[in-house]
Amino acid sequence: MCHQTVSLVARTLEEDGISTVILGSGRDIVEYCGVARFLFTDFPLGNPCGKPWDQSMQRQIVELGLTLLEEACEARTILETPFLWSDDSSWKDDYMKVDAAKLDRLKQMGEQRKSLQRQAKQTGVARSE
Amino acid sequence: MNSPPVQYMQKSRAYYAAQGYEKPYRWANFETVPFAPLVKPLSQATVTLITTAMPVQDNRQGPKQVCSGSMHNPPQQLFNDDLFWDKDATHTDDLDSYFPIHHLQALTQSSRIGRLASQFHCAPTDYSQRRTLEADAPEILRRCREDKVDVALLVPL
Repeated sequence: MCHQTVSLVARTLEEDGISTVILGSGRDIVEYCGVARFLFTDFPLGNPCGKPWDQSMQRQIVELGLTLLEEACEARTILETPFLWSDDSSWKDDYMKVDAAKLDRLKQMGEQRKSLQRQAKQTGVARSE
Repeated sequence: MNSPPVQYMQKSRAYYAAQGYEKPYRWANFETVPFAPLVKPLSQATVTLITTAMPVQDNRQGPKQVCSGSMHNPPQQLFNDDLFWDKDATHTDDLDSYFPIHHLQALTQSSRIGRLASQFHCAPTDYSQRRTLEADAPEILRRCREDKVDVALLVPL
């Protein structure tokens, strides 16, 4: 939901004349929504600005974001950073994985979540990620 | 060679279907996309950051609201445990890996960017696109305008 939220905020700012760039890792969500400028880094969700403690990579990603701001001349401009998270891409399959071993647990989680959502509606804490 | 990017919309559809949510979520989708060209060089621009993390721990005493904090005296950490980032593959112990405030501060020192806005902003994540579009985004816009922001870097977890 983070990527959709900032995409909607970016659209609102752009409509009012503020230039934006999104630095993120949820490419499909941002592309589907449609934004002015998007710098994509193919990392697990959580570190859109570079690997933790890798200041050189972080500086390069911010600089690429600034370059995108300067060079993009039309909406839906997407640039991909050259960084690889790991030689092992199993994190891509593992995230939100649904398999037979997890089905009972997921069903239970769904029931708990629905119950929390009902409580939240009653108490006015209606937002959820 | 990198493998294809994760299809998060597809994955979340399957994930929530397995939790018993029969009606798939309708992700935001627009045909037209607004575009604001950069109107001044970055070396003269006022820049802000917008994140989906929050400045204080969400204590669930009420719905999340748009929050702001100082760009010049930022917190050492932001609260993000409730967000759906990949907690198996990584961590958020390093603020600059998801909120590059110290890099932006350095870029003002080198005059790559003009100045930092006085405040950064935190956007509450919400399934309701209407609430984001009609309440939160206009409030962030109002705060950006108050701060004379020219450019926003948005950094979702």
